[in-house]
Amino acid sequence: MNSLAATREKPNGQSKISVKNLDFYYGKFHALKGINLEIPEKKVTAFIGPSGCGKSTLLRIFNRMYELYPEQRAEGEIMFDGENLLTSKTDVALIRAKVGMVFQKPTPFPMSIYDNIAFGVKLFENLNASDMEERVEWALRKAALWTEVKDKLKQSGSSLSGGQQQRLCIARGIAIKPEVLLLDEPCSALDPISTAKVEELIAELKNDYTVVIVTHNMQQAARCSDYTAYMYLGDLVEFGATEDLFFKPKRKETEDYITGRFG
Amino acid sequence: MSAVMSDARLAKFARRKRVNQIALVLSLAAMSFGLFWLFWILWETIRLGIGGLALATFTEMTPAPNEAGGIANALYGSFLMVILATFVGTPIGIMAGIYLAEYNPKGWLASVTRFVNDILLSAPSIVIGLFVYAVVVSRFKSFSGWAGVIALALIVIPVVIRTTENMLQLVPPGLREAAYALGAPKWKVITSITLRAARSGVVTGVLLAVARIAGETAPLLFTALNNQFWTSDLSQPMASLPVTIFKFAMSPYENWQQLAWAGVFLITVAVLGLNILARVLTRHKS
Repeated sequence: MNSLAATREKPNGQSKISVKNLDFYYGKFHALKGINLEIPEKKVTAFIGPSGCGKSTLLRIFNRMYELYPEQRAEGEIMFDGENLLTSKTDVALIRAKVGMVFQKPTPFPMSIYDNIAFGVKLFENLNASDMEERVEWALRKAALWTEVKDKLKQSGSSLSGGQQQRLCIARGIAIKPEVLLLDEPCSALDPISTAKVEELIAELKNDYTVVIVTHNMQQAARCSDYTAYMYLGDLVEFGATEDLFFKPKRKETEDYITGRFG
Repeated sequence: MSAVMSDARLAKFARRKRVNQIALVLSLAAMSFGLFWLFWILWETIRLGIGGLALATFTEMTPAPNEAGGIANALYGSFLMVILATFVGTPIGIMAGIYLAEYNPKGWLASVTRFVNDILLSAPSIVIGLFVYAVVVSRFKSFSGWAGVIALALIVIPVVIRTTENMLQLVPPGLREAAYALGAPKWKVITSITLRAARSGVVTGVLLAVARIAGETAPLLFTALNNQFWTSDLSQPMASLPVTIFKFAMSPYENWQQLAWAGVFLITVAVLGLNILARVLTRHKS
């Protein structure tokens, strides 16, 4: 087998997160094996691969979500803002304020649409009423939801449709103005129209944010990402510009996966 | 050949249908048996209770035998002790439930707490009454409203702990993760998100605990005892509805018996109302 580092392509431009020799364990299970990866700034990076390959696991390390579960453990280095995220003394809440996350299933909080957005903002900023209103509107506009909900901001977040709920969750993530946005299969529970809206949104978000998206859907990765990483059984098989990876993959395994011969 | 097969099949089908009918009849019979007694109890309560109800029931004190009067002091005493016991027991129960569900679900302390709580939950209420008698009443050498409140609170706490823990466990983990992902600290996630998502379930647990203690007689017999007069002084013995019913219903005096039925009617209506409210709240949850 070739060394995995050989297929590692250094993306152009600044890298926002660099992963070095990252290993991850669920108890005794070795889920990620020596991952090396540079996530470029203000681009969309997609993680693809079959179920159980570790793509969501990798994503959940970037905001230290795994820490909620005592049996999970990460080793190695993830450089973000000149600091190793894994050993950083910075309060994990401050890291999560910079590295936002949207989950597979929409998770509206049990409160009004307005308060869903304001909840996160209030954790870090003391805004007066009008500034808060402005922020809520801004976030909802960014998430392409404003026109649909502007007359019912006081209604419960769970009264919205699935697609709207997911965009509400994205708005909630944007509202605290993170630098990185992690999307964990954000469209897997959505219908095609809502999916199209979320994908449009992702294209727009990369103007301001570094976006990392995990997806089962290769077409989606091809459509909306600039860089793609193909993972298999805890290894990073190939990483490069999306066009290169899809049209001239360097490795046989990648080609087999994206052409559907395997997976 | 195929005709034989289908005959066998039909016979089997017919048999299955008969078994189904028998099962249906049996379960209907069981249900009617249960409902029959329930409705009879309700009917007797209403028939005899409404007869004993009058304005004086709510305005006058418990009378001497064969004199006119009401049960105002007992109603007030019950109300006061139930409310106070709920105020004392609910926060303790909710906080302990939060600890079990959110802070340390798998630790040894949680296992021990859960085990002890289950024992407390199924402890006969007369045991709790006797315990408070030994610890509070005999030490202060006086029956008192406070002792009654303590005994009732001891019944509220395990019920609220159990329902709070169960309801918090039903909150999807994704909701918690989403709140943590925004950078919320743990106490904020619990108070603003999980507890809020489980709110109607937790409130239901509290209502059911209130319904439970509203009718408890045994824990009050040795603690608050009884009082012929209206009192708000919790250091004095205090009248309560269940104890008054107990005393009056056993008496040979007709006016006392009638007041006992009026009291039974009022308790039944209150408990029924609380149960209905609890149902409405959990239905709105979805």
